[in-house]
Amino acid sequence: MTTTLDRGALPGVLTVGLARGAVELKQFFRHKDQVIFTFSFPALILILLGSVFSDTYEGTGVSSGQVFSASMAGAGIIATSFLNLGIGVAEDRSDGTLKRLRGAPVPMSAYFIGKIVLVVVASLAELVLLLAVGMALFDTTLPADAGRWFTLVWVFLLGTIACSLLGLTISSFAKNAQSAGAITNLPYIGLLFVSGVYIPLVVLPGWMLDIGALFPVKWVAQGFRAALLPDSMAAQEPAGTWELGTTALVLGGWCVVGLVLCLVTFRLTARKER
Amino acid sequence: MTAIQVQGLRKSYNTLVAVDGIDLDIHRGQVFAILGPNGAGKTTTVEILEGHRTRTSGSVSVLGTDPARATRAWRARIGIVLQTANDAAELTVAETVRHFATYFPAPADPRAVIEQVGLTEKAGARIKQLSGGQRRRLDVALGIVGRPELLFLDEPTTGFDPEARRHFWDLIRTLAADGTTIVLTTHYLDEAEALADEVAVIAGGRIVARGTPATLGGRSTAKATVSWIDHDGPRSVLTDTPTALVNQLSGGGRELPELTVTRPSLEDTYLSLIGGAR
Repeated sequence: MTTTLDRGALPGVLTVGLARGAVELKQFFRHKDQVIFTFSFPALILILLGSVFSDTYEGTGVSSGQVFSASMAGAGIIATSFLNLGIGVAEDRSDGTLKRLRGAPVPMSAYFIGKIVLVVVASLAELVLLLAVGMALFDTTLPADAGRWFTLVWVFLLGTIACSLLGLTISSFAKNAQSAGAITNLPYIGLLFVSGVYIPLVVLPGWMLDIGALFPVKWVAQGFRAALLPDSMAAQEPAGTWELGTTALVLGGWCVVGLVLCLVTFRLTARKER
Repeated sequence: MTAIQVQGLRKSYNTLVAVDGIDLDIHRGQVFAILGPNGAGKTTTVEILEGHRTRTSGSVSVLGTDPARATRAWRARIGIVLQTANDAAELTVAETVRHFATYFPAPADPRAVIEQVGLTEKAGARIKQLSGGQRRRLDVALGIVGRPELLFLDEPTTGFDPEARRHFWDLIRTLAADGTTIVLTTHYLDEAEALADEVAVIAGGRIVARGTPATLGGRSTAKATVSWIDHDGPRSVLTDTPTALVNQLSGGGRELPELTVTRPSLEDTYLSLIGGAR
C-alpha cells in the first residue's frame, strides 16, 4: 500500500444509494419504539375515533369510520415522511452518521437516495396498514376505478415529497434527536386537528379552516378522501367539492417551497459546522 | 515521498484563533503523532487535513490533493477513525463493515478486517451491545476497510483499559508495517512513545516542538541528573557529562549506593514544552 494503487472505478452513486437504502430500512425496522410509534399510533387513533363515532353520513351510506380511515391514511404517510426524516436526519447529524459518510467516498446524493428508499417503503407500508385496518373494521373499500387509483397515487407522491422536504428542512433546526421529536410532533399533531383528520372540517371554525388550508396535511387527507370515498361525500367538504385542482397546486407548491428551504438550510448548517 | 504537506496553516473563528501558523511534513509510511493538551488545536488541524473543516489561510496538500477540494477518488484513499460516534446502533458489526466496504473501489475482505480488530466473536452482535473499547475497534475497522494509504486516528484509545490499549497498539503497528501512513492525535505520552516515528507537540495553535520521541525538545542532549547516597545522605547533581562524573565518584569501580542516572522523561519534556507556550 506504499504506492498509489490502481483502485479501479468508484462504485456508482445509485449502487451506493441503494445500499444506503437497504441499511436505512434495516435500522428503521429494528428501532422498535420508532416503528411502534410510527405505525401503531395512527392505527390506534383510527380504531378509537372510528369506534367512538359510529354514525353514518345521511343519504350516502358512508360511515364515520370510512372517512377517518381515508383521512388517517393521509396523516400516516405524513408521519412516515415528515416525522421520519425530521427526526431521522437530526439523529444522523448528532450521532456521527453524517460525519462518517462525509469522510468516506459517499456523495450526499447517495445518502438522499437511501432516505428516499426508506420514506417510500415506510409510507407504502403505512398506507397498506391503515387501509387494511379500515377494510377490516370500517367497510373501507379500495378505489373503485382507475381515476381514483390515479388520484391516490399522485396525492401519495406529492404529499410524501413535500413532507419529506419539509422534514429535511426542520431537521436543521433541531439540536439533537430529542429536540427534533418535539419540533416535528408539535406542528404535526396541531395540524391534524385543524386539517379535518381527527375532526371533520365542517364542524371547525372558519379561522381554523384557514390555518389548516395553508399546510399540506389538509390537502393530503382531502385527496385521500377523494380517492377512497364515493362522490356523494364531496358535499361534506367545506367547498362542497373535492377541490382536486387546488390540492395539486398546494401540494406541488409545497414541493417547490420545501426544496428551496431544504437546500438553503442544508447549505447554512454545513457552513456553520465547518 | 510526502504524504502531507502543510504551510502556514491558520484557522480562526471570529476572534478566536484555533490554529496559528502550522507547518508540517509527514512522509509516506510514517507513524506521526500529534500531541497537545485539550484545546491546543490538534483536532482542528486534523479535521482540516481530513477535509472536514475549512481553513482561514495557508496551504495544505494531503496525498497531493487540497482537502478543501476533496473528491470521492481522494476520499477512497484515506481512512478516518472518528473520535466520537454512536451511529448505526441497530446494525450488527458484520453488517456495518460489509456495508461500509461497498463504498470503496478496492476494499479489504470485511471478515478479515473484523478479525484484524479482534471482533470476530462479536460479528453478529448489534452495535449498541458493544462495550466502549469494542465500539472504538469497530470505528477502526470502518477506517481501514477501504484499504487507505493514509489513516487518521483522533485520540483512538481514550477510555481503553491497559490490555485493550496494548492490543490496539499492535494493530496500529501491523498497519504501519503494511506501509499505511498513520497520523494520530493523542494526549497519552506513552502511546506516542510506543507508536510514533515522529512527534509534534501543539500548544496554543502552534507547533512548539517536533522530533522523534527520543530526541523531542532536546531530550537526548539535556543535562542528566546523577543521584546517589553518601555519608551526608542523598546527593544529586545535574551534569552534561554523567559518565565522567560517575567514573570520578566511584574511584574506578567502587559501588555507589542507590546510583541513578536520569534524563528528562518524555512527560517532563512535554510538560515544560506546553507550559512554556501558555
